[in-house]
Amino acid sequence: MITATVETRENYLTHEYGVKSWLLTQDHKRIALLYLGAISFFFFLGGIFATVIRLELLTPPGDLVSAQTYNKLFSLHGIIMVFLFLVPSIPATLGNFLVPMMIGAKDLAFPKLNLLSWYILMVGGLLVLYAMLVGGVDTGWTFYVPFSTSYANTYVIMTGMGIFIAGFSSILTGLNFIVTIHRMRAPGLTWFRLPLFIWSMYATSIIQVLGTPVIAVTMLLVVLERGFHLGIFDPALGGDPVLFQHLFWFYSHPAVYIMVLPGMGVISEIVSVYSRKKVFGYRAVAFSSVAIAILSFLVWGHHMFVSSQSVYASMVFSFLSFLVAVPSAIKVFNWTATLYKGSISYDTPMLYAFGFIGLFTIGGLTGTFLATLGFDVHVTDTYFIVAHFHYIMVGGTMMAYLGGLHYWWPKMTGRMYPELWARLSALVIFLGFNLTFFPQFIMGYLGMPRRYHAYPEEFQVYHVLSTAGASVLAVGYLIPLVYLIWSLRYGKLAPDNPWNASGLEWQTTSPPPPENFDITPVVNHEAYDYSTLEEMKVG
Amino acid sequence: MANHTTLALRHQFDNVEQQKDASTFGMWVFLVTEILFFGGMFCCYTVYRSLYPSAFGHASNHLDVMLGAVSTAVLICSSFTMACAVNSAATGAKNALAAFLWVTILFAAAFLVVEMSEWHMLYKEGLMPGFNFTYHDVDPAHVQLFFCMYFAMTGLHASHVTIGIGLLVVMAIRASRGAFTPQYYTPIEISGLYWHFVDLVWIFLFPLYYLIARHLH
Amino acid sequence: MNPSLKLVLEQASATAVHLDYLTLYLLVVAAIFSTLIFALIFFFAVKYRRRSNHERPVEVHGALTLEIIWTVVPFILMMVMFVWGVNVFFEMSRPPDDAMNVYVVGKQWMWKTQHLEGQREINELHVPLGRPIKLTMTSEDVIHSFFMPAFRVKFDVLPGRYTTAWFNPTKTGKYHLFCAEYCGTLHSGMIGWIYVMEPAEYETWLAGGSGSESLASRGEKLFQYLACANCHRTDQPGRCPNLQGMFGTGVQLTTGETVKADESYIRESILNPSAKIVAGYQNIMPSFQGQVTEEDLLQLMEYIKSLGKPAAAGGTAAGNATAPPVRVGRGAAPARPAPGQKNR
Repeated sequence: MITATVETRENYLTHEYGVKSWLLTQDHKRIALLYLGAISFFFFLGGIFATVIRLELLTPPGDLVSAQTYNKLFSLHGIIMVFLFLVPSIPATLGNFLVPMMIGAKDLAFPKLNLLSWYILMVGGLLVLYAMLVGGVDTGWTFYVPFSTSYANTYVIMTGMGIFIAGFSSILTGLNFIVTIHRMRAPGLTWFRLPLFIWSMYATSIIQVLGTPVIAVTMLLVVLERGFHLGIFDPALGGDPVLFQHLFWFYSHPAVYIMVLPGMGVISEIVSVYSRKKVFGYRAVAFSSVAIAILSFLVWGHHMFVSSQSVYASMVFSFLSFLVAVPSAIKVFNWTATLYKGSISYDTPMLYAFGFIGLFTIGGLTGTFLATLGFDVHVTDTYFIVAHFHYIMVGGTMMAYLGGLHYWWPKMTGRMYPELWARLSALVIFLGFNLTFFPQFIMGYLGMPRRYHAYPEEFQVYHVLSTAGASVLAVGYLIPLVYLIWSLRYGKLAPDNPWNASGLEWQTTSPPPPENFDITPVVNHEAYDYSTLEEMKVG
Repeated sequence: MANHTTLALRHQFDNVEQQKDASTFGMWVFLVTEILFFGGMFCCYTVYRSLYPSAFGHASNHLDVMLGAVSTAVLICSSFTMACAVNSAATGAKNALAAFLWVTILFAAAFLVVEMSEWHMLYKEGLMPGFNFTYHDVDPAHVQLFFCMYFAMTGLHASHVTIGIGLLVVMAIRASRGAFTPQYYTPIEISGLYWHFVDLVWIFLFPLYYLIARHLH
Repeated sequence: MNPSLKLVLEQASATAVHLDYLTLYLLVVAAIFSTLIFALIFFFAVKYRRRSNHERPVEVHGALTLEIIWTVVPFILMMVMFVWGVNVFFEMSRPPDDAMNVYVVGKQWMWKTQHLEGQREINELHVPLGRPIKLTMTSEDVIHSFFMPAFRVKFDVLPGRYTTAWFNPTKTGKYHLFCAEYCGTLHSGMIGWIYVMEPAEYETWLAGGSGSESLASRGEKLFQYLACANCHRTDQPGRCPNLQGMFGTGVQLTTGETVKADESYIRESILNPSAKIVAGYQNIMPSFQGQVTEEDLLQLMEYIKSLGKPAAAGGTAAGNATAPPVRVGRGAAPARPAPGQKNR
């Protein structure tokens, strides 16, 4: 029950009431919550599709849903999870909330544009949802041509337009962050005093701004080709289907870094706080973020080793793909070194961070497998690939997202979440995740192709293990949904700085006032400086 | 509560310099995204042209160079008048500012008219893919490709011109009401940036589409 | 053995063995590093766990040496992966010169394989043990991918062009064939079997088909039927290039560039002839788009390949590895290859 606390200070949540105050807000913190609601919806929707997929795959024959329905399920699972959940997730929720606060600003550079970004995502998302409701799309999230332009008989144009529109949300958010980080840092906050989360958001924004326009124009060309029966990519009419793949992956590879870099930023913050040490190798980690952003644009061809791309091009892409692994490895080593001689507490965010580092390591190592030319030929388009990217996206990004959500939950909502339930779900998620996806590496190497509705009997045991894991994972995700919502009303009231963290966002109230800070902070110390913090009571 | 003639300092900024700086920087970042946006199509064009040079050459000969040149001239003039508008804003010549903006809009509209009449002509000749494309000469499949890229790119460009016209109309109306002073004319400046970019894209489109293999004629 | 638990993937070719060694290296490196990271995290998390809320850890300053070490060492290990991977990849990409040709046409949702001798199979491919097989593949509709896990072979099958893959089966048996590029509703039904047989058994199988005619022979009939022979005359210079011995050689075009007369060139010349015109000739060849199927194209291709330069009988035509055997005499139907004489 709510204790009758005396909260005389208004905060950004109590400042105004009413639907209009939310739907017309220009406050980056409220916009972050608008995004939180939206992407949570998309996540669970994508999750429902995953559930049906895994249920179908319990048995070798395709006996739960029809073949075309199955194809629509995996297509929509991918489209929703990639474009409507993962890409916006950390940047639009945590990023929106924290970027201005971490740099001591009152808001982003362009608050109205920020709100517009949310509406654009809503319009794009609604179009995709509508397409889904009237029949869906069965091209895979990759929309390879000429299938998607000339053979599919599902709602390719509508879904494509939805993705096209949603892309602009990503571009505008990136633009907003770049300008904000460049121009609105508090006095004394030089680049190398910035929290590593900001470095990650900056690198992510560069990718968003440079990469997303290319997928936008590619989807536009697909829509035009399909709508007007053109021959830009269709070989029957004179086009080149492999050109589509180049254009598609030119964005979609950097996109995976849009999805993981913010997670890495969150982990840097969490590992530091719960070890009470500054991140080991700060500059290495900062430069690695930027290096990843740049290199990510040079490796797209590793998705196309068997596409009929030239052998020499494949060699170049293979080499560059190994290069892009190096900065990620550097980060993992630096996070691990941060733990050395630290004062480590096992709060929930830290558990998620441990999970991230371990699972991202596995996902990243299997990435080096895939950069290896001969090996990739054998496992591309098999479950090995599915396992690899889920280790990064779910074992990595999703865990970082949940870790960050828990870490900043007190700041955002003014409430604490129940620690026991939170730790329990972190554990359940970790176990469920590994049971779901590890068997997929094995069956992929053994030849189990991806996007298969029915499969040969000899793979059944792996699929059963995977589905069992998925059910555990589903439970693991549902528990936080319940207690986080519960905590909004019944959670313990949060102090300003429950974790004894450094960082400007913790120097203000939980939740913050609308203007974030009463007076613009001045920064004269390095990031993660714990020497100046007072002794705090047990939290 | 700031009226039109005083500066509106938005709450997130500390001072007007920062605000102006941020707005201009923001527009530059946006233009970079536009470069990538058009860039995707330029990339397609480059790939296909290098694969099918003769088909592209033959196809290019079907475009009306005169009309293309007129479009180019009109757009360059519009960039000039836009630059004059920005200059007028900076020097406080309010009437000149509004006038130059309206002339720019006029030129932009003229560009669109010429563009649409070209499209119409090509349609009549059966050279619009997807609408009765009936070319039977050399390498029809790849000539079709040329025209697909032509209409896609000029169409995308035209949509940017249209949006630009809308933007400039808003600017012109505000300028007529005296909203801009030498201390505050950032919206004019960034509209100018956008407009010059749109012009620049056409400067690339024109030779790439209209001036290939002219000697074949 | 439990049919629903596959533990090991067969190694039915030498390439499979080579790849599996590379995989072992990858696994060892991954195991070492993941164990290292997991162990360190676990160890540090336990050893340095917070014992009191007033702990103030000592600052550990970043060490450049350490950064360099853990940048360079992984990089070197990865460069080994890179070089080794390129090696295996080159092996996968380069069919030996004496490989036996088989054509594959993929379409929604089946595989059609064609032996040169005329045998056609659907969703199956019979091959003899111990001979390299080169697959020349195309699609009738969307992109597919020909995947044979046991041989570690996978390559995309594209509409409008030919792609190739090869393998040399070293074990008899029955092996999976999968489509590995999502291609629509029945993508997971586009599967089949590869049968590797002892050479003698294979010959029996080959001869057992109901009098099937060789591809080249069918191609010649088509060549006559479509009136190609009216222009592409072999007895006198005509309005069209002479196709004798042309396959595999360089052809100069009116634009000045020289292209190789390979499968893709032949295909394009039939479907879109005005795209490339041979120097010295006019653009008068009509397009046969819509009049020939992919299989017709393969038959014509084999026939054209069989048009060697008139030279010593039984010898091989000059030129590259894909040069056809010499035809003895002009104008006569090509003899069916005698058993033992291998087609190129």
